This record gives sequence, structure tokens and C-alpha cells, in this order.
Amino acid sequence: MKHTNFLRPLAVVLGLALGLPAQAGTYDITVDKVRIDTGTFKKNGIGYNGSQTPTILHFQEGEDVVIRVKNNLRESTSIHWHGLILPFQQDGVPGISFNGIKPGETFTYRFPIEQAGTYWFHSHSGFQEPDGAYGAIVIAPKGGESVPTNRDYVVQFTDKHPHSGSRIFRNLKASADYYNRAQRTAQDLIEDAGAEGLKAALQDRKMWGAMRMMPTDIEDVQGFTPLINGASTQQNWTGIFKPGEKVRLRLINSSATTYFDVRVPGLKMTVVQADGNDVKPVVVDELRIAVAETYDVIVQPREAKAYSIIGESAGRTAMVRGTLAPSAGMVGPYYKMRPQPLLTMADMGGMMSGMDHSGMDMGGMDMSGMDHSGMDMSGFDMSGMDHSGMDMGGMDMSAGMPVVPSEGAPGAAFYAPGSGLIPTAANGGKFLGYEDLTARKPLYRDRPATREIEIRLTGNMERYIWSIDGVKYEDADPIRLKYGERVRFKFVNETMMAHPMHLHGMWTIIDTGKGAYDPVKHTVSVAPGTTLYTETEVDAPGQWAFHCHLSYHMAGGMFRKVIVEGGPS
Amino acid sequence: MGAYSKETNHMKKLLLGTALGLPLALTFTSVAMAEVGVSPTVWGVRTDKLEYRMGDEENSFAWGFEAWTGNDELRLVWKSEGAKIEGGDFEEMDNQIRLQKPITDFFDGFIGVAASTPDGAPERYYGAFGVTGLAPQWFEVEAALYVSEYPYLGAEVEYEALLTNRLILTPSLEVSLPLADDPAREIAAGGGSVELGLRLSYDLIGRSVSPYVGVNYERAFGGTADILRDHGHEVDELTGVVGINFMF
Repeated sequence: MKHTNFLRPLAVVLGLALGLPAQAGTYDITVDKVRIDTGTFKKNGIGYNGSQTPTILHFQEGEDVVIRVKNNLRESTSIHWHGLILPFQQDGVPGISFNGIKPGETFTYRFPIEQAGTYWFHSHSGFQEPDGAYGAIVIAPKGGESVPTNRDYVVQFTDKHPHSGSRIFRNLKASADYYNRAQRTAQDLIEDAGAEGLKAALQDRKMWGAMRMMPTDIEDVQGFTPLINGASTQQNWTGIFKPGEKVRLRLINSSATTYFDVRVPGLKMTVVQADGNDVKPVVVDELRIAVAETYDVIVQPREAKAYSIIGESAGRTAMVRGTLAPSAGMVGPYYKMRPQPLLTMADMGGMMSGMDHSGMDMGGMDMSGMDHSGMDMSGFDMSGMDHSGMDMGGMDMSAGMPVVPSEGAPGAAFYAPGSGLIPTAANGGKFLGYEDLTARKPLYRDRPATREIEIRLTGNMERYIWSIDGVKYEDADPIRLKYGERVRFKFVNETMMAHPMHLHGMWTIIDTGKGAYDPVKHTVSVAPGTTLYTETEVDAPGQWAFHCHLSYHMAGGMFRKVIVEGGPS
Repeated sequence: MGAYSKETNHMKKLLLGTALGLPLALTFTSVAMAEVGVSPTVWGVRTDKLEYRMGDEENSFAWGFEAWTGNDELRLVWKSEGAKIEGGDFEEMDNQIRLQKPITDFFDGFIGVAASTPDGAPERYYGAFGVTGLAPQWFEVEAALYVSEYPYLGAEVEYEALLTNRLILTPSLEVSLPLADDPAREIAAGGGSVELGLRLSYDLIGRSVSPYVGVNYERAFGGTADILRDHGHEVDELTGVVGINFMF
């Protein structure tokens, strides 16, 4: 054993020098039951290698990896390598790529590392991922990082909840608003009546009540403690720097359901990579990381003081602070959480197209004194809508809803015009949007798509049912693609929630109008009431999972199997 | 001796309900799980009343709960409601087993069997057909026809007013309208009865434990009220209530 350890670095050096295929690294992971302590609560959960601190796997581009996964749980498990391009049998989805890893069993994954960047891995079995089964992957590029830095840290977010994933799912099925503790109350009604007049406030309630929807329904699951690298705010994960150094933060959102708005107050963040693929550097003050996305940002703290890494949930129900400091033991400042946003009718836009409007009387709404300026309805796709009994012109969109102009607002292009979800930077500066992402080098030649596939994201919030095209996974036929084709996906979000859609095995190129330079991702968030286009070069044979990455939406059935027909076997 | 056997009798009936319900529930549970992306079978238990009622003449314990299991397409529901006079009889004992299925976005239809087995009155069994769900403006409603020799219509409405996100005021209304005379149970066709409640609850531990205080008012009308008066009973009753609701 000692010999191999001693010889391996030598072999690597020789291999590199001779231009031989790189080393075959062997990595061991155990899947264990662990006691998770967030400082505010303790619970039983799952951890890799016996720890609530996520394991980081460091790979080298070009390496052939062998990963031995030992299942110490009393139930089956699996590991999916999120964002990695690999043979489908190694993709780790029980029932699609393999049969899972039985209790006590060790499964050996083998695949070549054909890419570089920040990725992550997680269980694809039951609710093990929300229960703690996730880790990070950092792959060093062959030629070194395109932007060199002095320090390099993984910053992995999660939304650790005191309840187990299966209990959360059960509670949501029993009552979809079980975890919504940000609902509008009698007190809000009084405040709104004071601000807008009682009539407007009541009209607003009436409108939402008619739909049986809640404008506060941004996060399905509240009451969690967000963690950075397994540490809560009070446990204070800390990255060390020397003033003036460039620090690369590999942001990964491994949450079950929570989007985070991330910033380092006092510092600009230069985004250099998204979902593992380098992008042209873009300087921002803040960014929103959807569930399962990764962003690499570079910050350069110049003062010898503690800076905070702030992750604020998009619904503003929870926040986590980590620290960047010149020495251990320092604590970055804590900031007050910003006010909770409310969904607007714009976020309902897609929902209405698929909705039965009977019993919804919007025609009689009072428009007097309404100001529509700054509101752009032209972006709505109303075709195919059933307008019977519904007068959109007469809809009161003013009451309590911030009206945000769609044009020119930072980070707003991929939200419905007038959406209540459009984020703004805490310091009033630049907020990253998908439109800001430009591939550093094209991964594929730009060519017209061979065909378009419409993916309607559908659901019933009250029943907590989630589906694609109105059909749940268990009732659906697989999506069949042909090897070698380029497919254009048209995502139409007909629900009131954002869905981070993840296609396994192949890249998802978001159409931002930049042709070959469109950003290449593995997960794309589709905001409520919007239509978004992506393209995929179908270059991976086999069968793959395709789903919403919100754990409870995936479990509910917002999921498809994708079969790639033809190609090398 | 008599009281003892009566009590055992009721325990038996409760057990019977459980015995019927659980195997069915397990049948459901064994179906699902396994595959990724496929909704596991879920279950829940929720009380909407578990309280001590303080009246002018007597005090009583009252309950109302629903236990269910199933999936998005079908749920098996055991609904139970009743009241026991402190140190005395079960003056109310209603159990239903239902199969519930979505019929619209917000409403389920259900069919089932219902048993009404209070002390000191003949037992009644019904076939139950109804709808239950969420009406516009957040009213929880239910309406059902109970079919037997002594049919009646039952309806319930409940609304949760959030004073804060944890302090919740819940007005409720329950109406039953007999469609046939049932003299042995002091009921006349068309002589409806109404139960009005107002409960102020506080979610102490998540939504799992919510203590509350409130008032409950019951009143009989029409022919039923006449029968009650003739028998020297009150036609209405106002009680103060204190209780704890559970959801798990």
C-alpha cells in the first residue's frame, strides 16, 4: 500500500511528462447516518464520510476516476454527479441509470473526467439529499484556471430543516401552506388599508382569494436554518485571505427548495463561471443562485478585516452569514434581512393560460386611480388564453405590488414583466441575470435546432401536485431524443413558482440571444409566468433523468425520463 | 355493569373502525415508494376539535379528527366526531370511512359509510356521498348527503383568519338537515340543527400542537326543536371550550 501511495505522484508526473493519459484516482465515500447540529437544532440526517460538512472531491480534468461508495444506511442509496458528462450507467439515478446501492453494499463508479469546473454530487434516492447527502466536486482544468486566484473555497449552501424530507413532503401534501409562515395576516390588511385605502386592500385580497393563491407563496418550505459548508451563521464558516489576495468562491446551491441571493457586502464579485463552464467575467454586486446551480465568483478583499458572505433566501425567510477574514475566529458583520417580496399578477400570468377561469370574476374590479405607467404587459403571451369572463385590462395590479419596468432593470430579463420576484442588489448596484452570462469559449458550434419540444411546467399548488404538461412522471411516456440532433426546449412555466430544471447527461444552453456564446449550464431556473428557451446538443446516448430540482417537486412528479436513441453504444 | 358494557361496546366500535381502516391504509402504503420521481403514498392525522366543553348544566369532552392515507388520485379518510358527557354517556359518536377523489382543482368528491352510535339512542348507518374542498376566498367547505331510512343533509364551513401567522381565529358552521322523521332520536324531518363555533388557536409547535379557547353554540330548529321542548330538553346550548389541536 505504501508503495502505491509513494509511487502515484511519480506516475502522475511521468504520465504528464510523457503525455500519457492521466492518473486513475480512486476515491472512497461512505454514506452514513449522522447527527446534524445547526446550533439552533439537532437532528438525525445523512452525511458523506460521517460528517455534516460536505465532502469535497478534487478531480483533475482528463483523469479516470474510480469512486467507491459504501452504503452504511439501512436503506438503498445512490450518488448522482450533478453536471458531469459521463456514461449514463454512471449517472446514479435509481431506476434510470442503475439499480441503486443496497444497504451494506459498495458500488464502484468509473468514468473519465472530461470537463473542468465546479459541480456537486448528491443522493438521488428518496429524500436523502434534503436529509444531508450532498457534497462538492472541484475539477482542475488541464491548462490551469483561466483566471488565477490566490485562494480557492467551496461555498456550498443548503436549507437545513428540522423535519426530515419525507415528513416535509407529507406535510405539504396534507396542507400546501404548512410551512408558509409569511402569509398575509389581519395586521397586514390593516397596514395595507392604511397605505392604499381599505377598498384597494380588500380588492387585492379578493383577487388572490378568488384564485385561492397566496402572493407570499415563494418558498414552499420555511423554517429552515441555512448552512454554508455545513455551518450555520453562528457556527460561522470562515475562509482565510491575506489583504489584496484574489479569492475564488465556488458557490453551490445544494438546497432542497431554496434560492439564495448571495453577496459579499463591501466587495464586487466577478462571476467567472456558471454551472462549471467559464463565462466572460462579469462584475456584479449580488446574484441569485437557483437550487442546483453553481457560480464561481472572484472577490478581492483589500482590508485586513472580516467580510461577510451573505446568503439570503429569495423569499426572505432565512439568511446565513459566512466569513472571509485574515485570521480564524473573526466574525463578519450580520445584516438585517430585507423585506419579504410578494408575487404579483405577472407571476400568475402563465398560470392563467392553463387555468379554468370559471368563478373568477375580474371584470368588476375598480381601476379608478390606478397607475399603469411603467407596466409593460406586452411581454405577456396571452395567445391561447381563455379570456371568458376575464378582463385583463380591468385588473387591479397596483395594490401592494411593486411595479418593476422590465426593460433595463438589472437581472430582470428572465422574469415576467412586473414580477414580484425580480431581485435588486442590496446596495442598489448590479444584480446578475442570465442575460449577463456569455460563454468564454463556445462549447458547441452554433447551428439551428432540428426541432422544438415544448415543456409546460404545471401543477396544482393547493394539492401540492407537480407535473410536466399536466402529467406526472408515473403516468408519462419518456421524452425520446435522437443522438446527433440539436433540440430546442421551450419551457413554459404555468405555475406561480420558479422551477430549476435539470437535464442529466447533456448540456443545457440558455438562449440569451448570443448564438455560440450563449451560456452553457446544467440547471436553468424558469421564473413563474415566463417562457424560456434552451438548446441541447444530443450527444450522450442512453437514458437520463430530467426534472425540477426542488426536491419536493421532483418527488411529486415534475420529472421525465429522457431516452436518447441511437449513437455509439 | 350496564355502563361498563356500554363503554366496552363503544371501545369495540372504535377499534372496529381502526381495524377496518389500518389494513386498507397499509394496502395503500405498500403500493408506492421505490422509484424516483414517483409520489410516495402519504398519510396524515389532524384534529379540528379536541376540547373540554363547559356548559350551564354539564361539561363534556368533544373531538373531531380526520386520519387519511393515499396519493394524489385517491385518499382513504377516517373522519370521527363525538362528545362524551363528563362522567356520563357518549351523547354523540359519528364515524365515517370515505374514499375521496379529486373532481376539480380544489374539490374532492367522496363516497363512504357513516355510523352514528351515541349512547341511549338507536344506532344509525348511512351511505355518504359528498364534496369537500376549498371554495374561493379560502372557505373550507363540505356538503354531503347521508342516505338511509333516515336520510339527512350535512354541510360544514370553516374559515381560518390569520391574526398573526400563528394566532388564528377560526369561525365554523355545521348544519344538518334531516329529510325524514326519526322520533327515536328526537328528530323531525326539516327540523335542522346548527352548530356554530369560534376558536382562537395558537400554533405552539409548528402546526403540530395548537392549543385554543373558544365558544361553541348548538341549536335545533323546527320540528326537532318542538320534540326537544316536549321532552323537556333544551333546544340550544352554549359552551365555552378549551382544547388542543394536533396535526401529525
